[in-house]
Amino acid sequence: MADNLLEIRDLAVEFGTDIGTTHALREVSFDVLRGKVTAIVGESGSGKSVTANCIMRLIQPPGRITGGKIHFSPNDAPAYDIAALPNKDPRLLDLRGGSVSMVFQEPMTALSPVYTVGNQVAEAILCHRNVSKEEAFEEAADMLRRVGIDNVDRRIQQYPFEFSGGMRQRVVIAMALVCHPQLLICDEPTTALDVTIQAEILTLIRDLQKDLKNSVLFITHDLGVVAQMADQVVVMYQGRVLEVGSVRQVLKTPVHPYTRGLLAAIPGLATKGARLATIASVVGDADLTTPHPLMTLADGRQVSLSSAQLADLELTDD
Amino acid sequence: MRAYVIKRVFGMIPTLILISGLIFIVIQLPPGDIVTSTLDRMQSQGLEVSTEAVANLRAQYNLDQPLLIQYVRWIGGFLVGDMGYSYLFTRPVSELVWERLGYTLMITVSSLIFTWAIAIPAGIYSAVRQYSFGDYLITTIMLVGLATPSFLLALMAMYAGYEFFGISIGGLFSPEYRDAPWSFGRLLDFLSHLWIPMVVLGLGGTASTMRILRANLLDELSKPYVVTARAKGVKPMKLLFKYPLRIAINPFISTIGLLMPALISGEAIVSIVLGLPTIGPALIQALIAQDMYLAGSFLMLLAVLTVLGMLLSDLLLAWADPRIRYE
Repeated sequence: MADNLLEIRDLAVEFGTDIGTTHALREVSFDVLRGKVTAIVGESGSGKSVTANCIMRLIQPPGRITGGKIHFSPNDAPAYDIAALPNKDPRLLDLRGGSVSMVFQEPMTALSPVYTVGNQVAEAILCHRNVSKEEAFEEAADMLRRVGIDNVDRRIQQYPFEFSGGMRQRVVIAMALVCHPQLLICDEPTTALDVTIQAEILTLIRDLQKDLKNSVLFITHDLGVVAQMADQVVVMYQGRVLEVGSVRQVLKTPVHPYTRGLLAAIPGLATKGARLATIASVVGDADLTTPHPLMTLADGRQVSLSSAQLADLELTDD
Repeated sequence: MRAYVIKRVFGMIPTLILISGLIFIVIQLPPGDIVTSTLDRMQSQGLEVSTEAVANLRAQYNLDQPLLIQYVRWIGGFLVGDMGYSYLFTRPVSELVWERLGYTLMITVSSLIFTWAIAIPAGIYSAVRQYSFGDYLITTIMLVGLATPSFLLALMAMYAGYEFFGISIGGLFSPEYRDAPWSFGRLLDFLSHLWIPMVVLGLGGTASTMRILRANLLDELSKPYVVTARAKGVKPMKLLFKYPLRIAINPFISTIGLLMPALISGEAIVSIVLGLPTIGPALIQALIAQDMYLAGSFLMLLAVLTVLGMLLSDLLLAWADPRIRYE
């Protein structure tokens, strides 16, 4: 069994619009470690969510995957390339909600308003396993209890609009985990929630990950959340990967100027009253728009820099 | 839920009283009445009418009574099924109404089924394959359908039927069955005539229904809950029907009640062209002749049907959409 659940290589996605083609992803490459939490950080429009949607093949026209591989090595089945699956491949339906599932940003709209919570959670089971409706509802109830919903026997009959935002996100998490996926993708799962609920949901995701030993791909723009959640970090900017490394490497000793800029822009108590650093002021005249291939450094991390910048780096390391 | 139904059913009563009053007043508004319009007709034929005969006629129609008494007599009779006598058709109104109402309902319901049978699949296809060749083809055909007045379509159908098939497609029965009692042969004859008004009346509604469904469905298709369901591994067809379509269909449920008056007014001209024995043409004649009992009964029945239709669609909607509260 390979160490990497997913190996994404040179993934490219384009959106064709009336005014031209947008390259949403270019040469995106990183691994998702088995049983670990990988975080993708980046600003809005950096391609975090598009990457996540590619893994579940949820990219809809006018968007399409134009190149690259998503090599998936499930625990219990032969490996295959998700990017190359035909649209009608039965493995696609197994993949979605079966071996990979997703928690979305907006718990208020991620559930259909006209079906009960129980119906929508149990449906995930019924889609993937050959069990009776009663068994599916029982398992759904178990999972709802596990994500911290009280009074499950009554709550399971209720509709999403009878739940608060935090409770709905718990339902969405239960729905995502109910088939025991090998990979749970969390696409900014706490962005729409208030701060105290955010902390609860993050703890819940982390605890469940330790229990269920699944891999997690955690998408966020909050570096504090990365420090709390992740084992490995992928920094994205404008549809490209700029730096990949362990949390310690990326957050303690960032190499790429953009990563440094991101870290410098975090507001802290020490900077009270002072102007926050902008990414531009830290990055200076470093060129972020020219793509450079990802190079692996001596400490194992990968970074996308020009050869001149790499040469500088080695000088300062000495 | 039960309390809601009871409340809604009783809520209909004041509405209907108000409508009956309005109908009565509106019909009384034009100068003159059935007697004056009859007198006009008789005098234009050179007949002399004695003042005594006029007074008798007025007494017969209760026209010599105060308005309030006239109203109470009319609505009181209506409640026990006595709708008065139609001077125009020289028959009791109730006979006339039930016969015409029956045909009208049959044509309305069948054209509604026709509309939905075409519009819903077309709308779904058009939304799911937005901007495809099929979408453009369907929306173009529907636009032409929407822009064609239905009476013109009726004329074209009649011309085509006569010119190419050598049949007269007016009316709801062939001449040999027109006054015959109901039999299997008469039913077949009726069905073979029914489809023309069904198509002609249904086509205009098909276009707008299809466009509304397309727009609703397009809205719903981009909602996050659809992506959630897809990410859950729901099969594409089931996904479409269970999630976006289920919500896109709600606006149609809420307009079922409004279909009745819309179809009746749309039906009138077509029925005149096609010579159908339905409510529309009779209502127009009754209004022109100020045949108070006939016109009032038609309008009142339409009001009852509309209010019932609204009740039905509200109840259906409350059943279909859990977000609706009963308080």
